[in-house]
Amino acid sequence: MKIIVCVKQVPDTSGKVAVNPDGTLNRASMAAITNPDDLNAVEAALTLKEQTGAEVVIVSMGPPPAEAMLREVMARGADRAVLVSAREFGGSDTYATSQILAAAINKIGIEDEDIVMCGRQAIDGDTAQVGPQIAEKLGLPQVSYAADIKKDGNTLTIKRMLEDGYMTIKVKTPCLITCIKELNEPRYMSVGGIFECYEKPFEILDYNALKDDPLIDATTIGLKGSPTNIFKSFTPPQKGVGMMMEGADKDTCDKLAGMLAAKHLI
Amino acid sequence: MSTFNSSDIAAFNGGVWVFCEQRQGEMMPTSFELISEGRKLADELNTKLYGLLLGDKVEGIAKELGGYGADGVYVCENPLLANYTTDGYTKVICDVIEELKPEVMLFGATNIGRDLGPRCAARLHTGLCADCTHLDIDVPKYKEFLRSSSTLADKMIDSIPEDDRNLKMTRPAFGGHLMATIICPRFRPAMATVRPGVMKKNEFNQAKADACEIIKPSFTLTQADMETEVVEIVKAAKKLVDLIGADVVVSVGRGISKDVETGIKLAEELAEVLGGVVGASRAVVDSGWMSADHQVGQTGKTVHPRIYVALGISGAIQHKAGMQDSECIIAVNKNENAPIFETADYGICGDLFKVTPMLIEAIKSAQAAK
Repeated sequence: MKIIVCVKQVPDTSGKVAVNPDGTLNRASMAAITNPDDLNAVEAALTLKEQTGAEVVIVSMGPPPAEAMLREVMARGADRAVLVSAREFGGSDTYATSQILAAAINKIGIEDEDIVMCGRQAIDGDTAQVGPQIAEKLGLPQVSYAADIKKDGNTLTIKRMLEDGYMTIKVKTPCLITCIKELNEPRYMSVGGIFECYEKPFEILDYNALKDDPLIDATTIGLKGSPTNIFKSFTPPQKGVGMMMEGADKDTCDKLAGMLAAKHLI
Repeated sequence: MSTFNSSDIAAFNGGVWVFCEQRQGEMMPTSFELISEGRKLADELNTKLYGLLLGDKVEGIAKELGGYGADGVYVCENPLLANYTTDGYTKVICDVIEELKPEVMLFGATNIGRDLGPRCAARLHTGLCADCTHLDIDVPKYKEFLRSSSTLADKMIDSIPEDDRNLKMTRPAFGGHLMATIICPRFRPAMATVRPGVMKKNEFNQAKADACEIIKPSFTLTQADMETEVVEIVKAAKKLVDLIGADVVVSVGRGISKDVETGIKLAEELAEVLGGVVGASRAVVDSGWMSADHQVGQTGKTVHPRIYVALGISGAIQHKAGMQDSECIIAVNKNENAPIFETADYGICGDLFKVTPMLIEAIKSAQAAK
């Protein structure tokens, strides 16, 4: 049994984000981190590994420096890692990315007992689309927004969160699950894990390695194969700075209440 | 080279469609918002607007969609569609789209819409833009939007060709630091999931609801198509906060940390005086002080109340993304450099535990004086 976990290296947008004058993101100014939801998927896979002895394979698409992130994930306990990296894959939207990752997963091989796991969404694009689209390209059933996973033989029982509650869903392997932060608390790297991660198998799949998969075709990958294009990108304006009240005492509050009343807001 | 049915753009002339999500026979509010927005797009494209409603015995709730602007509703009923499943819904939606060929397809960006939309787009080989907050067809209107909502220079805006007829789908990226307008020029339907609470609902019109056409397209769905099984559906026990529809929202942030209980109680009191509800920043939800349904911001809810009060919220851009369109924003924060003050109409630099009780009294007096 294998669990294949898709992870993405993303700029850390939780701190200060710098935008270039042309409206693009100044990536150089930001730290690269493993996408937070993806770490919940990794943790879910490692938990299942402890229960079943499954092999945990990490796959990521990105530039060669993403190797460092994959080593880190192996230091947490994953068994091997695959980096999907080629110039031809650059500029892919979610559709094209899913085609490529699905081809990479085909290359790794999906058997009856296997599970593919993804984070719900990445903090750079926030689309939540790549997981379901990989599932479609692989012809696997999907369960998204997983907050609890129980495995009994080849049947998984998953708590799938909704805005107003949850659904309990049964699905058989092979299948794809997208994970949310409520699912678990990701473990840290262990000291032993950090030593071992440089010995663990790391493989790069480039264009040539995947080009024979029917999913890989100039019309379906990269910038040219992406159904969506960016028409314009821009930064939102700051709302005009309002009025800073003087002081913070009773008079200040009375004055503010008076102004709200005058504007018929209260 | 692959060829796709979806690239025959001229053939996709079946109107603008909205997936109208229902749960347990009850229409989700976002369906009415999307029908209202879809009406605008259909008028700009000079075409018809249809709802697409899936479920079991749901025809009775279809006509109401006409009251918000739908010309008709495609109703697909089957016991296997009673509860949402990715497999069942994707199969039926994709089959019906391939047959009837809409040019635009909108989904609400709910947990269900964001599960279903990408699966359908991947099967149909077309583009999907996630979690949109603004949609346009006509370029002059899009330029007007950019003038009011972007920092782009006029020269850049003026240079956009006026004849572009693609659906222009605008969404925040990088936690709201950047906005991107996405198009899907080579395939149809152009698909978008749209953030709940953002699009304004039209006035309900009973005559239009009565005139709304109900159409039952043919489709096949059997047990063999179902790979997932819904064992149970559990609704959250307590009533969820209706942040999106609230007239007044009083939100608390990390500033309540020194006495969480009192901080929340003060926010509740202020909200009660103003006739509103209590919201929270991500930090408060992540710390477990309030439940996730209170969260305002990029990963929470988008609100545009008449009054938004931010108590002890620093104002990360992710939070601002969810509240900056509020009519009047009042911020109380100890740190005079907190970014929330850049967005606030009125700012008070002070300790929320001291200021809020005084503000409650001041508002009570002002209300009594009216």
